[in-house]
Amino acid sequence: MSGFAKSSIARKVVMALSGLFLVLFLALHVTINMSSVISPETFNAWSHFMGYNPVVQFLMQPILIAGVVVHFVMGIVLEFQNRKARPVRYNQYRGSANAPWVSRNMILSGLVVLAFLGLHMYDFWLHEINYKFVEANPEDPTRYFEETVEKFAPLWRTVLYVISFVLLALHLWHGFASSFQSMGLNNKYSPAIRSFTRLYAIVVPLLFIFIALFHHLNPITH
Amino acid sequence: MNLLLKIWRQNNSASRGSLVDYPISGIEGDMSFLEMLDVLNEQLIAKGEDPVVFDHDCREGICGSCSLMINGEPHGPDRLITTCQLHMRKFKDGDTIVIEPFRASAFPVIKDLMVDRSSFDRIQQAGGYISVNTSGHTVDANAIPIEKEKADESFAAATCIGCGACVAACKNASAMLFTAAKVSQFALLPQGQIEATDRVLNMVKQMDLEGFGNCTNTGACEVECPKGISLENIARMNREYLMASAKG
Repeated sequence: MSGFAKSSIARKVVMALSGLFLVLFLALHVTINMSSVISPETFNAWSHFMGYNPVVQFLMQPILIAGVVVHFVMGIVLEFQNRKARPVRYNQYRGSANAPWVSRNMILSGLVVLAFLGLHMYDFWLHEINYKFVEANPEDPTRYFEETVEKFAPLWRTVLYVISFVLLALHLWHGFASSFQSMGLNNKYSPAIRSFTRLYAIVVPLLFIFIALFHHLNPITH
Repeated sequence: MNLLLKIWRQNNSASRGSLVDYPISGIEGDMSFLEMLDVLNEQLIAKGEDPVVFDHDCREGICGSCSLMINGEPHGPDRLITTCQLHMRKFKDGDTIVIEPFRASAFPVIKDLMVDRSSFDRIQQAGGYISVNTSGHTVDANAIPIEKEKADESFAAATCIGCGACVAACKNASAMLFTAAKVSQFALLPQGQIEATDRVLNMVKQMDLEGFGNCTNTGACEVECPKGISLENIARMNREYLMASAKG
């Protein structure tokens, strides 16, 4: 088993499984966020449920954090191994002749998304921890919509969110379908998987961008 | 045709190499790339200089000896050919051509453009075979019925000549396409089933030990492979490996 854990294929499968898990999470996340555009009450109800349900808080949230950590740590470990595999670089290397830019720059798009995640955790997760556990404020099921919209008031934050989601789109464009290849699935369904990947990689980040812009352009006026 | 060649010169694996400029003239479009290098070497020898060392053997695209990274692509700008099948008509008068060795830590430079690809041999030796009694009781291979599709897929995988273009093209210097082709050619046939579990585990283990990088599914290997070995083989090897690991 130790040989399996150390093998390049097992590491790729770990990347694939954690990546697919995060793809599923994105679908849930964008669905809840879209409710903030359609119905603030629904968004508040969802957010309160996610923030206080013990199963979500103490089972699903740690699994999600583990999934993110595993995906990023393994991605960086693999990148270091890959660089070690070619210690002397080519003077001329035409990567664009045989592979698309997105597939060759997953580490770049991944690191941008990771940096964004730092901001995102600061904006929302740390805020929640502070609200609930440090300041020990009482439950307020009506606060989430306003807090979210306020976050998008500064232009710089909205722009950072938009840029990050463009990079996330590029990351998904290659990563989603690629995870099936890593797990050994390359058959008659692969063209359909690739088509769905492209649709997903465009629609989901575009919805996140729409939400950020919508709240930036529609601030709450007291 | 007059050309400027920028060729990687390196005395041995321990020394540092560099690109050296060699202007060359009188090159015909019908010459192969290796014939062009032969012309250069004759000129260098006539001048008392050290000729450029490069690998070659059959010069008809079947032995896998010739390598060369030409203008940033293994085997040059053409598709589905080896360096020896590349013709100078693919270049224009006045072109600059950068010629480097295939680069990977598992392919150390021996001299100039010649690299040591014995890591491929060791992967093959780790499991790229079937054990057959050849002591006079050999069963006719054709006595075992094999589906046409499987036979064709196996044959396609077996056309890999082990040149290393997949490693050279891959941004991670991964040897997954080579290893996958060698695993697949047996995994698809009944004769390969008996040793299937050990084969894939041992060949992947050896591939990792040699220090090749990890596959990130860019597909560069498939595009640059002179024999058109498909990425489906990598997916098949991944499947075989996961099933073999589950069996223990």
